[in-house]
Amino acid sequence: MSVTPATSSHTSQPLGSAFILKKALISALVALVLFSLMIGIRTEAGNQGGLIYWTRFGDLATMVGVVFGGSIIVELLRQWFGPVETDKVVPKPVRAAMSFVGHWLAPALLAFALFVPVIFYHQRYILDLAILVLTYVMLGWGLNVVVGLAGLLDLGYVAFYAVGAYSYALLATNFGLSFWVCLPLAGILASFWGVLLGFPVLRLRGDYLAIVTLAFGEIIRLVITNWQSLTGGPNGVSGIPRPTLFGIPLDNSDDGLAAKLGIEFSPTHRLVFLFYLILAMALLTNWVTIRLRRLPIGRAWEALREDEVACRALGINTTTTKLTAFATGAMFGGFAGAFFATRQGFISPESFTFQESALVLAIVVLGGMGSQLGVALAALAMIGGFELFRGFDQYRMLVFGMAMVILMIWRPRGLVGHRAPTVYLERSEAISSDLVKEGHG
Amino acid sequence: MDYFAQQLINGLVLGSIYGLIAIGYTMVYGIVGMINFAHGDIFMIGGFIALITFLILVSFGLTAIPVILLIVLLVSMAITSLYGWTIERIAYRPLRHSFRLAPMLSAIGMSFILVNFSQVSQGARVKPVPPIIAGGYTLHEGASGFAVQLSNVQILVVVATIVVLALFTWLVSRTRLGRDMRACEQDQTMAALLGVDVDRTISMTFVIGAALAAVAGIMYLLYYGVVDFFMGFVAGIKAFTAAVLGGIGSLPGAMLGGLAIGLIETFWSAYFSVEYKDVAAFSILIVVLIFMPTGLLGRPEVEKV
Repeated sequence: MSVTPATSSHTSQPLGSAFILKKALISALVALVLFSLMIGIRTEAGNQGGLIYWTRFGDLATMVGVVFGGSIIVELLRQWFGPVETDKVVPKPVRAAMSFVGHWLAPALLAFALFVPVIFYHQRYILDLAILVLTYVMLGWGLNVVVGLAGLLDLGYVAFYAVGAYSYALLATNFGLSFWVCLPLAGILASFWGVLLGFPVLRLRGDYLAIVTLAFGEIIRLVITNWQSLTGGPNGVSGIPRPTLFGIPLDNSDDGLAAKLGIEFSPTHRLVFLFYLILAMALLTNWVTIRLRRLPIGRAWEALREDEVACRALGINTTTTKLTAFATGAMFGGFAGAFFATRQGFISPESFTFQESALVLAIVVLGGMGSQLGVALAALAMIGGFELFRGFDQYRMLVFGMAMVILMIWRPRGLVGHRAPTVYLERSEAISSDLVKEGHG
Repeated sequence: MDYFAQQLINGLVLGSIYGLIAIGYTMVYGIVGMINFAHGDIFMIGGFIALITFLILVSFGLTAIPVILLIVLLVSMAITSLYGWTIERIAYRPLRHSFRLAPMLSAIGMSFILVNFSQVSQGARVKPVPPIIAGGYTLHEGASGFAVQLSNVQILVVVATIVVLALFTWLVSRTRLGRDMRACEQDQTMAALLGVDVDRTISMTFVIGAALAAVAGIMYLLYYGVVDFFMGFVAGIKAFTAAVLGGIGSLPGAMLGGLAIGLIETFWSAYFSVEYKDVAAFSILIVVLIFMPTGLLGRPEVEKV
């Protein structure tokens, strides 16, 4: 079941234009059948309760044309780039330049991030977007512990995000606890749920684990939606207090930060504060992850990812190893959730759907699973890409899905697709991830 | 007792629908070893195509219900199968020898594409259809005035499920294609060496799974009278639960699991709470995987290094 001869993918293909045209025609024909009813006919509930429909053959023809043209372009590109399997020989200067970029990109990005509020002080929109990107960077780094390091596929990461957000929201609105007290509590509660989820799924592997975590995420969301007396149900929790600078509120009042410093109040102050807050939290996540990788537990995670059976044979306790991975990842999710709640001031179950989990997972996978820099870049690309579609909200997830499929086909290992073990014997040898056999995490 | 009997009927009908979807999951898992995450959405597409076909036929003035149903069935199965084939061709085949997570993620992407494609192309509102098959029988009328009803739609759903399953069982156990499928499930390399066209067999697996999902979509449309773009997600997870409960890879197990999930969900809604019925179904998934990872009829998986 594991190894199968690639029967069709290696056969030499004719290069003539007739072949391309034939392929494009077949694609167009398939598209015509697929779209004939779904696009050609539009149904809608009519006024009298019955259904009405109208035809959209123009749109249908356009779509089929797009598929025809697209198929020709894809085929041409494929022949242009040659077979996917061939090794690309990279010229030496390019390689040197790339390693230079790889070496300095992370510090440069960090320096740039530190100055974002200074550069874009007057562009609220960009600041908002930067905060959003950093939230996803943090989520990505948190999930990276579970997926990238320990190799456990978690499709329900949003559950911990939700637990963190609701922990802060409920503690703050019901008991008046401040953000700085709630932040650790949110992390602890989320990691508690992580352990709770971790226990039953310890024995599961791969795909099963993915589905169970997905079910877990959905259960959390459904409980939040239905437990109206506690969580307010679909209406959510509103009036969540804004964060304070260690007790000093960032508002227009007399004891606000602006008044204390004697400067004129501006709502941007809070944005800047939130920006540095999430930047600090994300960097904390990153720092903890990097440190953990050098500890025995981090090594155990990586070993678990590579081969669980060998891990057990070496006397590594897979139970605690998996549980700590879940708990650590969940804790960062909880932190991010608390931040999300305080930034929004309002949360509802709608923010914690499966789509969020998939988005964060896509960021981690796209970032190359295990590469911290890759995850940050992927978050930037994904959320930035989403913003491009701000005007066409309904096409956003459609394009997201397409991007996910295309990226998987094009670069299954992510954009920074190389995972180097932290420890090695005798000499450093970056192992191309394509050579590594997948462990049954 | 009457109430129980009524819920039993409802549960069996719902379970038949889940079972039909679950077969698609279990077949694909058995042969390719991946969870076809987009399968629930194929079921949704099947429902939509059935709805549109039905609408067109009615507007052309066709009134004979059996003829309409037959045409709807054929059209929906044909087009939905093509969806299944195309998805396998585009999103899964290039990744067949890739690392394990890749097809799963590609499937999630495909699921998003299907959901949002139908939302964009058909609108986000729920699409109701008038009851196509009316009438039914009152099986038993209790003293309290509660009557056990068996509607014609319910009969149709169960009968159609049995017929489709019989056809399907014949296909898998008696035809060349079925033999190829079973061979591929056991050992793809060996099957390929013995002259089985593995690519084609896998394609056909997706086509058959999609056709069964289309039947389930039509049943759902007839039974509930609505389709919407988001119905595939929850139905898909429940059907997957059914497949796991029955033992993934086992075809009778999938049907059995489907019936079990349908019954559990119906009884849970009837006796406990409607709001938490999905929670119940998902919890069963978790519990089954923990205590009975091989399901009811599955084979134990041997751990290989």
